[in-house]
Amino acid sequence: MNVDLRRRLLLGAAPLLAVALSLAVGAIFILAIGQDPLAIYALMLRQSLGTGYGLGQTLFKATPLIFTGLAVALGFRAGLFNIGVEGQLYLGGLAAALTGVALAGLPAVFLLPLALLAAAAAGAAWGAIPGVLKARFGAHEVINTIMLNFIAFALASFIGRFVFEPATVRTATVGAGAEIARLDVFLPALHGSPVNLSLLLALLVAAGTNLLLFGTRLGYELRAVGLNATAAEYGGVSLGRTQVVAMALSGALAGLGGVNFVLGYKHYFELGFSAGAGFLGIAVALLGRNHPVGVVVAALFFGALSYGGLVINQQVPKELVEVLQALVILLAISAQVLMERFARRMR
Amino acid sequence: MIESAPPISLRHITRRFGPVVANDDVSLELAPGEIHGLVGENGAGKSTLMRVLYGLLQPDSGTIEVAGRAVRIHSPAAAMRLGLGMVHQHFMLVDSLTVAENVTLGREPLGALGSYSPAAAEREVAALAARHGLPVDPGARIETLSVGAQQRVEILKALYHGARVLILDEPTAVLTPQEVDDLFRVLRELQAQGTTIVLITHKLAEVTALAQRVTVMRAGRVVGGGAIAEHPVERMAELMVGHAIPPLHARAHHEECVPLLRVRLLDVLDDRGLQAVKRASFEVHSGEIVGLAGVEGNGQHELVECLAGLRRAQHGDILIADRDCTALTARGRAAAGLAHIPSDRLRRGLVPEMTLAENLVLGRQREPDAGHGPLLPRRALEARAAGVLAEYDVRPPEPGRQARQLSGGNQQKLIAARELSRGAAVVLAAHPTRGVDLGAIAFLHQRLLRERDAGRAVLLVSSELSEILALSDRIFVMYEGRLVHETRPAETDERTLGLHMTGRRGAVAP
Ligand SMILES: Nc1ncnc2c1ncn2[C@@H]1O[C@H](COP(=O)(O)OP(=O)(O)OP(=O)(O)O)[C@@H](O)[C@H]1O
Ligand SMILES: [Mg+2]
Repeated sequence: MNVDLRRRLLLGAAPLLAVALSLAVGAIFILAIGQDPLAIYALMLRQSLGTGYGLGQTLFKATPLIFTGLAVALGFRAGLFNIGVEGQLYLGGLAAALTGVALAGLPAVFLLPLALLAAAAAGAAWGAIPGVLKARFGAHEVINTIMLNFIAFALASFIGRFVFEPATVRTATVGAGAEIARLDVFLPALHGSPVNLSLLLALLVAAGTNLLLFGTRLGYELRAVGLNATAAEYGGVSLGRTQVVAMALSGALAGLGGVNFVLGYKHYFELGFSAGAGFLGIAVALLGRNHPVGVVVAALFFGALSYGGLVINQQVPKELVEVLQALVILLAISAQVLMERFARRMR
Repeated sequence: MIESAPPISLRHITRRFGPVVANDDVSLELAPGEIHGLVGENGAGKSTLMRVLYGLLQPDSGTIEVAGRAVRIHSPAAAMRLGLGMVHQHFMLVDSLTVAENVTLGREPLGALGSYSPAAAEREVAALAARHGLPVDPGARIETLSVGAQQRVEILKALYHGARVLILDEPTAVLTPQEVDDLFRVLRELQAQGTTIVLITHKLAEVTALAQRVTVMRAGRVVGGGAIAEHPVERMAELMVGHAIPPLHARAHHEECVPLLRVRLLDVLDDRGLQAVKRASFEVHSGEIVGLAGVEGNGQHELVECLAGLRRAQHGDILIADRDCTALTARGRAAAGLAHIPSDRLRRGLVPEMTLAENLVLGRQREPDAGHGPLLPRRALEARAAGVLAEYDVRPPEPGRQARQLSGGNQQKLIAARELSRGAAVVLAAHPTRGVDLGAIAFLHQRLLRERDAGRAVLLVSSELSEILALSDRIFVMYEGRLVHETRPAETDERTLGLHMTGRRGAVAP
């Protein structure tokens, strides 16, 4: 086999190796608490993928991760580390809910697009802020996106004081026109699971992101800035403008991630709904090697892991799943480095 | 110190990259204490062979013997332990560290408390530099050094780590003539102390001047070599390309017509905020090549970057085809009719991780005919690239390959292909033939002349005076940021230019 192909295979195998290794290490933990790892894993697998309901739950959990994974990946491609995905998703969800409530009377053809637009716009605006700060003042986006997460949480609580239902931490229910239909309406096998058409939207958006990155002028400039900023500048790309656009796009993707829960499941916004989906997006992008296809696969994996974690809650503490997730992240990074070193050897 | 260099033999080395056979059954002997020239066309496999020897690449087959023992060299660290050192085509220094820190990196001298001692490092490096006649300031940061000084740091680094065999990959490509002389003095000195030296270069005269033996490579194989006395320059050139290279024909001089590039009273700052260009005023007319001669670091770089829109003008203005472009961005100027071959190919000219096709559209990615609407389809880019790659003989001509996989000279050809194929009214060519082989130099020279004959205005910056003299219709000399001398090739020679370049003739221009 020729060296090039072997190298590519090695690099492609890194995420799989990471997953396998983390399961192996996880097995040691399970053994340590006196359980049978194989049985636990089998249970996880069966419950999260083996039944229609479980599959639906897994897909439901994976949906926002596709959006947030794409958001982080797009930022990375432009050389920007967007840690603010959590806050962008949060505000996206809030904006979708407020739109759905305020214009509740509109029919679905108007209301749903408007609510989606509001989610994307809110995320984009929240993402653009650190983009502008970086482009104008050189302020590092990592710091600013982290800070903006806290501000987003506080902002949502503050707005909530005026719009939440009395004595609750949630908004009113959105108009029927803003609801995103559940998949079990079309696929009875998924009965009872909250997976909804947001999943389809996520897949479309992933395809769109792929096209954007690899088939458009803007995507070309984004990648050029990420790979070699000085050469991009030479090529007539405005670094600042591209950074702002990239952060806004990244934020828009994250914002859209909020609709899965808000419009597709509960039909209202409630405090704390994001539950780490934004942060997990970083891991998803990492495992998916910042490629939209990889992101979708990685999101499904993390989705299965988090739902599988719920079902084994009886046998093992749910912290185990968090340990597993952390292991995957750690190992995904180290496997990548290892494989790259291997591949370099072969160069 | 006196311990002599080990003999080295490379036996039947083969190394493939996908379908490309970069080294095909190559054997090479290095006798202790010799200077060995390694020559060949771009992509012949010279760098690959030396990277195999230095442990950066593993051969697919073949063996390496050092001092008569078969060895496997897994890494540069292993190579260093065997007494090998390498100065790469593209330097590998940490910009933000000092000279002493770079040199001692990996084997830092420790102070009294067992911690790194900058003072001790600087002292050691200063002593080493003095011993080998390599003037550098051990406390200076790399980013503030000239290219020649950075190269001396690379050599010092190798020597510090105990190199007895020194591999230099195109060391003279980026140097000024004066720096080349200094380097050769150092290399002769090292040889006198018993160091073996491998010298890769495209300038065959350097091999004649310095080496005792030469090896000629073509398309991955050794096609000849031996004692330098039996290999005059013409013989080496013939072995390299398989036929004799026709000399550049003297050109018909063109009538100057309209000025396409006009520069008035331009002031430009360098990275440190010092004034690098002082009140530069000149014009380049259509159908004319204007050569800009000067010792590197006298403001040429800043001038070109400013003309290209990559650096602000503090004062003055720039007109391209009668249009004031002073306030335009790089893209605006490109649209106004400017092409630019930058001097730093890996930082400015290429996105190494992108494909050849993608690199060929860099700077034109927004032009309407590059794609459809907002789309820039990969397929269309690759289809278009194929023709350009073939025309400019970029090897291998595979549009989907990453640019970083090309040999240095082929990267340069790729950039030249992009900039010369766009039909811009004004061409800024900074060191357009740096690192390319003889055949490709002749080809690129023809191309520049053809641009001129097509009525374009070419500003040629080069540290090769022979190139300036051969191509230019008019010549300016730049010294300490000013254009101090204007002349024509027929009225001057390398010596006279050299005097102006070093400020030993009084200023002529205002
Ligand atoms: N990392 C790589 N991946 C794929 N191909 C490579 C890689 N490195 C080198 N090659 C190929 O191997 C061949 C030899 O390249 P090499 O860099 O050794 O040439 P060279 O003789 O040093 O040329 P130059 O004078 O232009 O520097 C070229 O065809 C090049 O494209
Ligand atoms: Mg080379």
